[in-house]
Parts: sequence; structure tokens; C-alpha cells
Amino acid sequence: MPLLDVSDLAVTFAPRGRPAVNAVDGVSFQVNAGEVVGLVGESGSGKSVTAMAILGLLPKGKEVQVTGRASLDGTDLLSLDRRRLRDVRGRDVAMVFQDPLSSLNPVVPIGTQVTEVLTRHRGLSGSAARKEAADLLERVGIPDPTRRLRDYPHQLSGGMRQRVLIAIAVACRPRLIIADEPTTALDVTIQAQILDLLSGLVKDSGTSLLLITHDLGVVAGLCDTVNVFYAGRLVETAKRRQLFGAPQHPYTLGLIGSIPRLDTPRGDRLAAIPGSVRDVLPWPTGCAFAPRCALSADECVAGPPALHVVDEGHTHRCVRAGAPS
Amino acid sequence: MSVLTRKADRIDRLADQHGLSLWQEALRRLRRSPPAIIGAVIVVLFVVIALVGPLLVPHDPLSQAWRGEISEARGAFPGPRAENWLGVDHLGRDEFSRLIVGARQTLIVGVVSTLLGLAVGVLIGGIAGAAAGLGGRAGRFLDSFIMRIIDMLLAVPSLLLAVSVAAVLGQSLATVMIAIGLVSVPIFARLLRGAMLAQAESEYVTAAVALGVPQWKIAWSHLLPNSVGPVIVQATLTLATAIIEAAALSFLGLGNADAAIPEWGVMLADAQRYLSVRPEWAIYPSVGIIVIALGFTLLGESMREALDPKLRR
Repeated sequence: MPLLDVSDLAVTFAPRGRPAVNAVDGVSFQVNAGEVVGLVGESGSGKSVTAMAILGLLPKGKEVQVTGRASLDGTDLLSLDRRRLRDVRGRDVAMVFQDPLSSLNPVVPIGTQVTEVLTRHRGLSGSAARKEAADLLERVGIPDPTRRLRDYPHQLSGGMRQRVLIAIAVACRPRLIIADEPTTALDVTIQAQILDLLSGLVKDSGTSLLLITHDLGVVAGLCDTVNVFYAGRLVETAKRRQLFGAPQHPYTLGLIGSIPRLDTPRGDRLAAIPGSVRDVLPWPTGCAFAPRCALSADECVAGPPALHVVDEGHTHRCVRAGAPS
Repeated sequence: MSVLTRKADRIDRLADQHGLSLWQEALRRLRRSPPAIIGAVIVVLFVVIALVGPLLVPHDPLSQAWRGEISEARGAFPGPRAENWLGVDHLGRDEFSRLIVGARQTLIVGVVSTLLGLAVGVLIGGIAGAAAGLGGRAGRFLDSFIMRIIDMLLAVPSLLLAVSVAAVLGQSLATVMIAIGLVSVPIFARLLRGAMLAQAESEYVTAAVALGVPQWKIAWSHLLPNSVGPVIVQATLTLATAIIEAAALSFLGLGNADAAIPEWGVMLADAQRYLSVRPEWAIYPSVGIIVIALGFTLLGESMREALDPKLRR
């Protein structure tokens, strides 16, 4: 049984007086124990909303509707009451956010922010909690951790802040870490360090990692399984090898094709997918990617594209996959 | 290698000097701003006078020792002289001693009523802000219920509200403090609630929620520390208004029941009848009130600027 089983997850935003938006639509994927799973897609494709919905972080009410299931070890996170959900958050599932500066409280020393979660879920207090916090900071590669506990977030560099957030995330040895674009706000050189740190921690502790990113380079380096999002739906799911070796969906092809390469001649324009994410078709009428797709034909807009199984663990939603353009 | 480590040490030390907390940094900015220094000097001077002044005054402010020398019919009152530096008031009491001792009353009324307003305002605003920011639908309902009451308080002109409270509770110093405190409650409550609401949107609150931190703890240790800055600045400004309002209430005869105890507002009220003969009796306490209100305002405004995140870095 997979550790996290998301099935048919849908999130609809219906602001008063404006048309409803299906931000996430019928998304299903699994995360096995110890596995690194990537959610890839452009901005606005629904990756982050999926993660927020799994942890119940979306505002509740008439304007936001979440349906489907997201079971962690058999318990459906979407139907847990608030108290049980608070127990799960941080202890079983932890989250690392995109911007390390705004994710830390600016007026509270980082030590307090690390011990907070230790107190909450592991019942540590006082000097035991501070000792454990220092150990955690040491594990994520922060030098002189005991002294750093007294520092405020603005006294640390971006990379150090992200290390602190990772320390907070691994503090209670969760079974799943959700990392929402953990390297986007960082320098390229720091990005590599943070990714190394994350993959190292995950490997050592057997934790699963759900990595949200728009960077296929990150995916290639880290993920075992990849889910490609487009306009709120999964268009392709594959093992890393399958995805880069034999991409099926034209959108995946386009993404891989737009990775800048060292061996293209200087002065050549970077390859890009024509159009923008706004040029979408509503899924019920056909493939949302059709307006930007080189392969698009009449059958693409004849109805929602069905799920095609290519191989074990490799599925996609393209009726014209493999057709000559 | 040793050179390198020593260099790292040096960098660390430099970083330590520059890495200041929000308040430390604000303090540094304050020290460089002339209005802040002027304000601080005035405030410190005032506090010192209020604390030790009554012990050092040349005469008892209550004794009518020079009663025999005044003649109300002829409008003859002893003016400034070696014995009485600012002359004698209409009952033959030493004006200078009364002015100094009056400073203490004025300070007590200002500080106590501001603290009162601050405490109640922070409690109400904190509950409303936490409920609105974290409590979902029920919280938003509680928040709008509380804030409508606060809005009603805010709609009544502050002096009128203070006068009504003073009239209902009877004439005493405590009444003055409660009345003035009540007037500043809605200001503090609104300010804190707004700041907390803004903070509730921020990502570190989402991060804390994602870690399973209980809501009361998020409100107490995340929202509140990030929101009290403007409230504390407002308290300094309110102190100035509180002193003016206390003087106004005393002037209207709603102040301390024992009119003999010197207080700047009472002195001003007393001077009213003799404005054509001895205008300086009104001028002394007025100048006192103006200067101290100016001092607190200068300090408060500079603090606001020093703490304003938009002006930082």
C-alpha cells in the first residue's frame, strides 16, 4: 500500500460573483514509502494547491471546495477533524515552503521556532528541546548551532534560512515531507546544496518526499517518479527514466525540449512552448493543452482525453501521443 | 587554514554587530534622530521632575501662607519674588511649588489611563484579531461583533465620552483615569486587530499551521509579537492626548474631588477667573501641558518612523 494515496482530488475556487475556477481537477497519484515523487508544471498549474489541499491548508468555506481522497496510511486526511489534522501536521507530514524568509517569524529567534514543533509533537521542553534543536541545526549543516539558536531570521542568509525550515520539517521524523519549490527563492549554487541536503536526509531516514518544482533539472536529479501537471490535471505520470527516455505527452516533450543546453550554438534562441498557460481549453471539452500543441487535431477537442497506459507506472492523457507533427 | 578561520571569526563578529534585532535597530535609528532626542529629553526631564520634584519644592503647595498679602478686591497678588519664584496664587499658595507637584499628578493620570486603555484595548483587539485571522467563520463572526461595539465607542467624540463616564462614576481621580482609558480603548483595539489580521495572511503563519501548532499558540507567539510595534508607538502618542484630556476634565470640574491637590488642569480652571489680572497663572500650567505633550508626540512619532519596516534597510 502506498504511503500517500491521492485519488480524484479536485479543488474549486468559487469567489462570490465570479466564475468558478477548477484549480485542481481529478488528480490521482501515489507516494510510496521512501520514494521521492515530483510534481512538475508551470506556475498556476495547480501543484501548490494540490499540496495545500492534502494538508488541509486551504481556507474552508463556500468559496473553496475540496473533493476526493488523500489517504496517508489508510486515513483520509481530507475528512479528518481539525484536532486530528493538527496532530498529523508536522508529526506525520511536514511542509517546506518556497520563501524561507517569509516562512519564518521575523521577530522570534529561530531556536524558539524549532523548539515549538518539538514541544508540540514530541513533548520536549526547556533544555532538552534546545539541545535537540541544536542537534537538528547541526544535522542540516548550520555551523555553530547553539549560538545560532538565538539568531533572528534576518541575521541568516537565504540558504541558512531554508536549512532552518528543513530542520523544522524533519524535527519530528515525519513519514512524508512536502517541499513546495524549496529552491526557487535561492541562488543557483545554494540550490544544489539544499537539494543535496534534502535528498540526503530523506535517504537516511527513509522519509518520502513530495517535491513540487518547475525545474526539470531538479526532477532529473532527485525524483523517482514524476507527475506532470497541466491546467490542474495530471497529463503524464512516469518513472524518471521513462519520462526523460520516452516522454509521451507533447507538453512533457515541450518541457524537456525547453531545458537550456550547453551544446546549443551561442546566439540560438531558447526553445519554448508557444502560447501561455492562459490559453487553455476547459478539460471537459477536450485537451487543455490543445491550443498550444503542435500535434493538435480534431480528435483532441472531441472530449476529455482518456488515460493511456504505456508501461507499468507510465500513464498519460494524450490521444495523439507518438503521432508525427 | 588558521588565517582562514580567523577571518571567519572576524566575519562572524562583524555579522554579530550588524545583526541587530528589530528593537535594537530601532534604538540606533532613534539615537540619530534629533526630534527623538528632543522628545526623549523632555520626557525624561518631566519624569524626573514628577518623581523627585515634590521632595525638593521650596514650600508646601497646600499651605495658604501668604493669604494675608493678597487682596482680591484691589486685584493685588504678590508677583514673582525671591521667596515665591512664580508668585502666589489666588489663595495665597506658592505657585512654583504647586506647578512642580502638579506635574506628578499629571504624569500619574496620563500613564495610568494610557496603560488602562492599552491593556483593555490589546485584550479586545487581540481576541478580535486572532479570531478573525485564525478562527474561520465563527471567528469572523465574533470579530465583527466585537468590532461593531468598538466602532460605536469610536463614533462618540472622545471628550464627550470621557465626560459622560466621569459624570456617571462620580468625581474622583480614578474616574478621570477610567474615562480617559476608555476613550483610548478603541484606538488600541483597532490598531492591534488590523496588524494581527495583516500578519495572519503571512506565510510563516501558514507554515506554523502546517506544523500543527495550536491556534492559541500561533496567536500568542507569532501574531502578537509581530503586531505590538505600532500599538506601543500609539501608546506614546496617546500619553500626550491623555494628559491634555485629563487637564480638560479637571478644567471642566470633573477631576479630583479634592481641588486643593495641585494638578495642571485644576490650576488652569482656577486661573480662569483671574485671566485679566494674572494671565500668567494660566500660562504656567498651559506651557507645561504643551511642552510635555510635545515631548511625548516627538518621541512617539520618531519611534513610529524608526520601527516602520518600509523605511528599514
